[in-house]
Amino acid sequence: MSVLRCFSFSRGALWCVTRPHLQECTPTSRRLLSAMTQVVPPILSVTPSRALVDEKFKVLVENLPPGCPVTVRSLHHSEDKDDWEAYGHYVSDHSGVVSVSEDLSYGGTYTGKEPMGLLWSMRPVPGSRPGLRLRKMNVCTPMLVTVSVHSGHEGFRDQAPLASVLTERWYMAPGIRRININEQGVQGTLFIPPGPGPFPGLLDMWGGGGGLLESRAALLASHGYVSLALDYLGFDQESENLEFKYFETAFNIIKDHPQVMPDRVGIFGLSLGSLVAVTLAAYSTIVKPCCIVCISCNHYYPARGSTVTSKFEGVTRQLSKARVNEDNQVIWKDVALEFITDPSNIAEVGRINCPTLLVNGCDDQNWPTVETAEDVARLMREAGKEHLLSRLAYPDTGHLIEPPFSPHFRATTFVMRSSKEKVILLWGGQTKPHSDAQEDSWRKILSFLQFHLYCSPNLKAKI
Amino acid sequence: MDRKQCCVKLSVQPSRGLMDEKFIVLVQNALPGSQLTIRALHQCEDGHSWEAFGHYTADTTGTINLSEDPSIRGTYSGVEQMGLLWSLRPIPGSKPGLRMRKKNIQTPMEVTISVYQGHQTEGFADLVPLSGVVVERWYMAPGVRGFQLQKVDSPQPFFLPLGPGPFPGLLDLYGLGGQLVEYRAALLASHGFASMAIDYVNSKFTIETGKMVDSQYFETAYRVLQQHPQVCKSRIAMIGFSFGTSITLKMAIYSEIIKLSAAVCISGSHVQPVDGSVEEILRFSYKNAGKTRFSEKDEKIWRDQLLPIPTDPSLKADVGRLQCPLLLLVGEDDQSCPAQESALDIKEMMAQAGNSHLLTVLSYPNAGHLIEPPYTPHTRSSNFRTTGMPEKVMYLWGGQTVEHSRAQEDAWKKILVFLRENLYGGRNPTLFSHL
Repeated sequence: MSVLRCFSFSRGALWCVTRPHLQECTPTSRRLLSAMTQVVPPILSVTPSRALVDEKFKVLVENLPPGCPVTVRSLHHSEDKDDWEAYGHYVSDHSGVVSVSEDLSYGGTYTGKEPMGLLWSMRPVPGSRPGLRLRKMNVCTPMLVTVSVHSGHEGFRDQAPLASVLTERWYMAPGIRRININEQGVQGTLFIPPGPGPFPGLLDMWGGGGGLLESRAALLASHGYVSLALDYLGFDQESENLEFKYFETAFNIIKDHPQVMPDRVGIFGLSLGSLVAVTLAAYSTIVKPCCIVCISCNHYYPARGSTVTSKFEGVTRQLSKARVNEDNQVIWKDVALEFITDPSNIAEVGRINCPTLLVNGCDDQNWPTVETAEDVARLMREAGKEHLLSRLAYPDTGHLIEPPFSPHFRATTFVMRSSKEKVILLWGGQTKPHSDAQEDSWRKILSFLQFHLYCSPNLKAKI
Repeated sequence: MDRKQCCVKLSVQPSRGLMDEKFIVLVQNALPGSQLTIRALHQCEDGHSWEAFGHYTADTTGTINLSEDPSIRGTYSGVEQMGLLWSLRPIPGSKPGLRMRKKNIQTPMEVTISVYQGHQTEGFADLVPLSGVVVERWYMAPGVRGFQLQKVDSPQPFFLPLGPGPFPGLLDLYGLGGQLVEYRAALLASHGFASMAIDYVNSKFTIETGKMVDSQYFETAYRVLQQHPQVCKSRIAMIGFSFGTSITLKMAIYSEIIKLSAAVCISGSHVQPVDGSVEEILRFSYKNAGKTRFSEKDEKIWRDQLLPIPTDPSLKADVGRLQCPLLLLVGEDDQSCPAQESALDIKEMMAQAGNSHLLTVLSYPNAGHLIEPPYTPHTRSSNFRTTGMPEKVMYLWGGQTVEHSRAQEDAWKKILVFLRENLYGGRNPTLFSHL
């Protein structure tokens, strides 16, 4: 517990060297730190200060006293007016530097060497409403994150920060065009990369949570794909002949765009969106996706002929039998498992003829995606299509696998479409492994898309 | 269209960067061994177009990485990671004497970078590129606030970093160009200095009387900066360019009010009437107008006006009396000011006075007068109207593009380290290693 005191004079500043214990500076050294920083504060930098949301940054603190405990904290004020934060406890080295990329965090919302921990471990600040989910609806502006450095570990919030900087996290790269789509009955938002093209295209769909989420489509456009974020829940088509019409029309809007390579259009779906991807690939006679990416795949397809929306509503009605745990969180997975054990309720994925990437979390509590992925693999194997399938399965990872560095939500509020009832849905996953999965899967998804949509020499290989 | 070449992927990281940050330009999925041209295009605020390009050959994986691969020819050659920016020049057919200076620093400089089939040298407007991206280059980091600080005479642009502070302060003085330049002050604020760009040429006083402001103008600016609640009163530096150097030295040495922690002088001279007013200093340099020479292109060469460096001490700022560290930056091909000769004389004067430990001289061969922040184009000559003169004339600034650009990059890094060491008291300048 002893504190080594070693005074050196440098430009009139008094420096205190402490042994890097996990406790606070002594009151004396804290006063010294405070006195010194009243003269000149530590220097905090985030590089790059403006980046895409899937790019890494380096957070560096300099000009601290050596061996001094500090907390580095991030703060984001969301569009829903909630505050999200993350923080790590650090101790500066002999030269007064804390490098979040290189040093270990001793505690906080993340521990260990985590260059991006200040983003992925974000959670609502204490006292926030429960069940919050962070989603950026306006992708034309960046997510603003304030990174600050505070004196000490425990109780770091009691004092004003020593220094802070602002960093911008963008979904749209410069030059991307965002176009509202409302044609042929299809509604969504199209993102077009800069440059002459032509570009590969992607139809992008989120899950049953409803609302139009543009964030992933904008990010995919920043990686060179003309991407259509499709608004598809709430668009009922009555006739069974028009089962796929909405999605096929959307797909063709992309395919027929003058800046899109018509034979290089894929589909990207999460959760319910992946059901659309899988069934279009398996059954559509109109559209032939070049490849599909299915996150937290859903292949539950009973009563063929009814629309996706009505299927979903039927499912959610049945899910009212779902288990509720002691935290009042609704778990759909077990009930859903019963649905998919009946082979007549399953999409015939053996009919898929394009490269398929399945990504799922092994702790998915919302949908039996582990079993689904196994089933899809089995069915494709039986149909001789195994060579088309790639799978990524991540331990301790939940249902909502999003682009990297976005916070993990184990459970969030969800409004049931039919009853308008508000429940707390359990998605699953533990923060650190889930965040690792998001980072790893995104890189592999981009690599998969690049290979199949940008330059696949075996593109035309038929089975 | 050749299918394979359609798939060429171009990326620039970061796509949004500060003006002094490096980027990596990467071409992927090209045909191995194919010849490609990478070109940058920028339309500046006054509507002129600037371009730069390099000729490359894709490697066996179909990749070109500008931080590793050489340009065979173009507006730059060799391995030049930032060549697409520093070698920008007006497109063919532009009027002569252009200079790129950003006035609105709240918006980024937008550069379109494209890749073309083959080794092209002209007619880009008629070619369709294989791929293109847009890159933003910012003078202001996120969170830096720019506003006007009220002064006695007129409001001055002031740039404050985000955070509680307090921050070291900087007074930024440009030359006699006639328009206020804010971009350097904005960029310095992005590096943690509360920076005030002092407009001493367009003050109300000067506009009304036709005369230069006096010392009080700068002393008031210093006081106003000191009094800002987020500025460290005892850590203020001055950075002066060209004629701004004369003012900086005058204030650093003679002012009773201004006590600087450090001074940076770029492309300037100490030859001026000792303790003369700013007006007198200006008139002094015009006195020898007859010594103006002209290049074979009829560009005005101003450097001889202060030569030879006088031996009479009453004609030189007494640098032997300086009490703060001084960083002098000199372009050895400076055609506007005898910066190199002045630097040598300053060195001698300070050695004799015993304060030469305060002096650092950075002298760059083949660099010209306009030593600006890095990765901005080199201007060897331009149309310029100096204060007090009626018309715009072509002035020769000097410098060879490659060496001048290297000088800008090195000078900026060293200026930041110097300011950091003297104003923040830091011991480990690892901060600027990414630049």
